[in-house]
Amino acid sequence: MFVKHETIEKNAVLLAVLTTLTIAIGGIVELVPLFTIETTVEKVEGVRPYSPLELAGRDIYVREGCYTCHSQQIRALKDEVERYGHYSLAAESMYDRPFQWGSKRNGPDLARVGGKYSNDWHYAHLANPQSMVPESLMPRYAFLANREVDPARVARHLRANKTVGTPYTEEQVANVAADLAAQADVNAEPDALAKRYPKAVQVQGDGRRVTEMDALVAYLQVLGTMVDFTNPANEKLQQ
Amino acid sequence: MSDAVMGAAMPAARPVSRAAVTYNMDVVRKFTIAAMFWAVVAFLVGVVIAAQLAFPIMNLGLEWTAFGRLRPVHTSAAIFAFGGSALFATSFYIVQRTCHARLFGGEALHNFIFWGYQFFIVMAALSYVMGFSQGQEYAEPEWHLDIFLTIIWVAYGVAFIGTLFLRQEPHIYVANWFFMAFIITVAVLHLGNNVALPASFFEAKSYSVYSGVQNALVQWWYGHNAVGFFLTAAFLGMMYYFIPKQAGRPVYSYRLSVVHFWSLIFMYIWAGPHHLHYTALPDWAQTLGMVFSIILWMPSWGGMINGLMTLSGAWDKLRTDPGLRFSVTAVGFYGMSTFEGPMMSIKEVNGLAHYTDWVVGHVHSGALGWVAFISFGAIYYLVPILWKRAGLYSNRLVAWHYWIATLGIVLYITSMWVAGIMQGLMWRAYDKLGFLQYSFAESVNAMHPYYVIRMLGGVMFLLGALMMVFNLIMTVRSASTAVQPARETAVAGA
Repeated sequence: MFVKHETIEKNAVLLAVLTTLTIAIGGIVELVPLFTIETTVEKVEGVRPYSPLELAGRDIYVREGCYTCHSQQIRALKDEVERYGHYSLAAESMYDRPFQWGSKRNGPDLARVGGKYSNDWHYAHLANPQSMVPESLMPRYAFLANREVDPARVARHLRANKTVGTPYTEEQVANVAADLAAQADVNAEPDALAKRYPKAVQVQGDGRRVTEMDALVAYLQVLGTMVDFTNPANEKLQQ
Repeated sequence: MSDAVMGAAMPAARPVSRAAVTYNMDVVRKFTIAAMFWAVVAFLVGVVIAAQLAFPIMNLGLEWTAFGRLRPVHTSAAIFAFGGSALFATSFYIVQRTCHARLFGGEALHNFIFWGYQFFIVMAALSYVMGFSQGQEYAEPEWHLDIFLTIIWVAYGVAFIGTLFLRQEPHIYVANWFFMAFIITVAVLHLGNNVALPASFFEAKSYSVYSGVQNALVQWWYGHNAVGFFLTAAFLGMMYYFIPKQAGRPVYSYRLSVVHFWSLIFMYIWAGPHHLHYTALPDWAQTLGMVFSIILWMPSWGGMINGLMTLSGAWDKLRTDPGLRFSVTAVGFYGMSTFEGPMMSIKEVNGLAHYTDWVVGHVHSGALGWVAFISFGAIYYLVPILWKRAGLYSNRLVAWHYWIATLGIVLYITSMWVAGIMQGLMWRAYDKLGFLQYSFAESVNAMHPYYVIRMLGGVMFLLGALMMVFNLIMTVRSASTAVQPARETAVAGA
């Protein structure tokens, strides 16, 4: 056997080819079925693409590296389900580019943080986390309240998501600026927004302009709320 | 040199007629300097973010210095800047010496690789601080930097593999198998994981073509094999050259190196799903990942045994060569963390360990104990040779570095074991009435003393690295210009 290995280690091309084949096998066996087996992501009612303001908020979440301290994946373990809510379903992150499941909890899991706290709590907490949670290790994100969200940029980002496969409708693409403004103003007429993006939470910063803080709060408030676990139709998901 | 080091286990050791070769040691020197520079940066940023977790005020209230932006700076500086530069330096040194050939390609190519890679690192670090990130661990650089890195990597592959073709030795030495596997696999992983659509040509923002659960597995296929090939296979290549050199003994077993090379590179690729236990990833993938992670223990220890047993009959050298002490301790830490890793990949253990500081401790026993120590050993060995000095400025200082760094690691990993297991237990603790006993904030509070101890461990490791930098600078500045240390010519015969 080892006489044969001599042939390999005397031939750089052969060594390179065999190495490439050896490292390819595991990846192919694990990854290909994940894209082809339909039950990998079971269809669940309620999961929708992010609204323009939520998408902008999500991009801020990614940019600031929130995933370095917060997971967004409730594991199917008793204590996690009791602490955070129903374990995360694959469908709930099907429009997440990139996924933000995280790997470390310096802070709590955020997969179902939506609706857990009021908008006001989030604004105060992001500006100065220790004012709301004295034990918190979280940095301050007060600067987000001074940064405006550019609707043209959000429209571009939404279109890019559509191109890679997120099923935004033409209507949603056409109304980015209107939906953005409507969600960042609690006094705005919510019907059109709610029709295009059910359960979108309206937020309110200073009310004069759309800030990054508004966007981040809107994103946090929708996390984990899209699927209605009290709906009997979703019961078959309970194992 | 390969014949000499492979020793009796090597099949036909026949004499080869050799033409005189002038190696390109300039690029090796440059990467060695870069490795030490980035080591200090990586450890310093590590200490800063450790301090932020102990004292949140250290975030300074500025967007650029918040933990979320600095953490990728620390990981990239440690893995890609320090580890990467050390690997470029040693792989270029080893491939030239063991092939008895000058590095393939001209000076221009080598300079392009060096400056291009350094430029990539600086741009990546700046981009994180300024708020650009793909948001995937160890793959944070945005699309334009990914494309640039691909070009550098191809150039690296051309220079390295090209040198293999120029070799005057019939056999490709075992260290080079590992380096080649590392170069090929990292290219595949980088290209596979970073398929993304830029939002526009002028914007450093892109969206991955993968989403959700598929994105998660592709990321950890990448992420775990960044560990497997960048931080393991390539550093094993370093081990297979420098430990035999420092010990003056041939590699313990040629047969073992063959078996563990192929089994290691085959199995590592499967291990990614153990980062996703109990998540929405399908169970079959979790179980498959767990099984391969456990089996991976064996080829990992194959490498450890081959490294340690190479010292048979030369253990006394540990007393006189503190550089060798680093290399050997590194292999010890490698053995320890490659036992801990498979254990943590068992679903039930992972249920407790995942999301906690235990994982952070595990990573650092590998990163500080294995990756950094094997690099320190190699660099202490290399610098006198590269700058043609009789020896290091001070062996005593190396010994000091060794002990302060080792103690730093011990503080780091023990505090993280306690912190991690405590976190895991607090999160799942129930009181007598059947309610969760602790709020999340209480578990955060309980971490404080351990975060302080961890920070002190990091400070010690940083101090050790600064001593090393001082020692190396003094070595280079010293007047003595002896041609080569005696051991080099005596042992190697190449």
